Amino acid sequence: MSEPLLQAVNLQCERDERILFRDLSFSVLPGTVTRVEGANGSGKTTLLRILAGLNDAWSGDLYWCGEPRARQRESFLRNMLYLGHRPGIKPLLTPMENLRALMAGRRPVSDEVLSRALEGTGLAGYQNVPCRNLSAGQQRRVALARLLVADEPLWLLDEVFTAIDADGVRAIESLLQQRAAEGGAVVVTTHHDLTLPGMQRIVLGGGLTDDE
Amino acid sequence: MTSNPVRVQPVVEGVGVAGAMKAVFLRDMKVAFRQRQDLLNPLLFFVMVVTLFPLGVSPEVSFLREAGAGILWVAALLSVLLSLDHLFRHDFDDGTLEQLVLQPQPLFLLVLAKTLAHWMLTGLPLVILTPVLGVMVHQPGNSIGILCLTLLIGTPVLSLIGSIGAALTLGLRSAGVLLSLLVIPLYIPVLIFGTGTVAAASEGAPVGAYLALMGAFLFLALTLAPFASASALKISMSNS
Repeated sequence: MSEPLLQAVNLQCERDERILFRDLSFSVLPGTVTRVEGANGSGKTTLLRILAGLNDAWSGDLYWCGEPRARQRESFLRNMLYLGHRPGIKPLLTPMENLRALMAGRRPVSDEVLSRALEGTGLAGYQNVPCRNLSAGQQRRVALARLLVADEPLWLLDEVFTAIDADGVRAIESLLQQRAAEGGAVVVTTHHDLTLPGMQRIVLGGGLTDDE
Repeated sequence: MTSNPVRVQPVVEGVGVAGAMKAVFLRDMKVAFRQRQDLLNPLLFFVMVVTLFPLGVSPEVSFLREAGAGILWVAALLSVLLSLDHLFRHDFDDGTLEQLVLQPQPLFLLVLAKTLAHWMLTGLPLVILTPVLGVMVHQPGNSIGILCLTLLIGTPVLSLIGSIGAALTLGLRSAGVLLSLLVIPLYIPVLIFGTGTVAAASEGAPVGAYLALMGAFLFLALTLAPFASASALKISMSNS
């Protein structure tokens, strides 16, 4: 078995004097998809933000490639891609400009590759239309285009299926599966009924189960 | 899509700090120029305050010569204050700020790039307009030069200090009042030395010491404010 990319040990998080989860331990291995489930308000997004390092209100231990994450900040951020439910898209910029700006901080990517990624998410012909003229689903697709050019091994995706049509959902499902086959690790929160072979499930307000 | 197996990449194979800062700066500029009325607001406020003052108080040459520099400085300070809430707010709402915090480069440098863009879009236009408005409030030529110089050194300080307040109040729904209360006390020394420099110059006193102090403010703010803003941003992120 390969070394886990991300390992959580006894995570506990309290929000508004309510314990969202405690003693939560799990590993995210390369080549796996992990689905975080739970009712509304059970802390799915909070858990994902904790894993991404956006939320500091937690206790327990987080390890990145076997070392405490706090000491591996740069390596962790370089190799982790987080998509929140706010898509990170500027409404005044075009999909191309948005994607270019998002990639500029991570890895130099040529415009051709970015343009092809946008076409890959069904935005062919919309590359140079300001994002505020696009629908909510199309805006999400701009954010999702990043997944097609990403080289980060760990993806943390919060509610990726929101506002995406049925074809898009199938495309994302197969993308996640392909990603896992290539050796990437994906953690996703969703209400959508996502079932992939070998998928690990973290049920908040419940426990950890393996889907095999 | 990657053809070779996905693996953990070494940190060095990323984008350098300078490249990332440039990208942040250019994106902010581009967004601002797509929304020009937001850009004009602080400028219009500045011009209005300075024009209304003689009408409201006194159009006497002797009064305006005495108070002109102070009026310009206060108007500039308030107009920077008005624009502060936009510094991080839009980015926070659309999620680009999350992505900024998660970039592998040191956050304080990215914040510095954002603050620099903010100054270029608000502080710098004020400095450029100052000679015209200075003539309007009967400032002598020599004073106008010094006034521009103090604003050129002073407005970046206002943007830098303001970025701390903007970052701290990001998670709050009605940030406006609190932001002003937090930031204004820190603006007061800059205002006092800014107007003091012009007053000294108009009396023919040497201004070297004043300018040196203002320069010290600028470098202190340049070195410390980005760290404070970056930490404040992380706190605001954590609570959202």
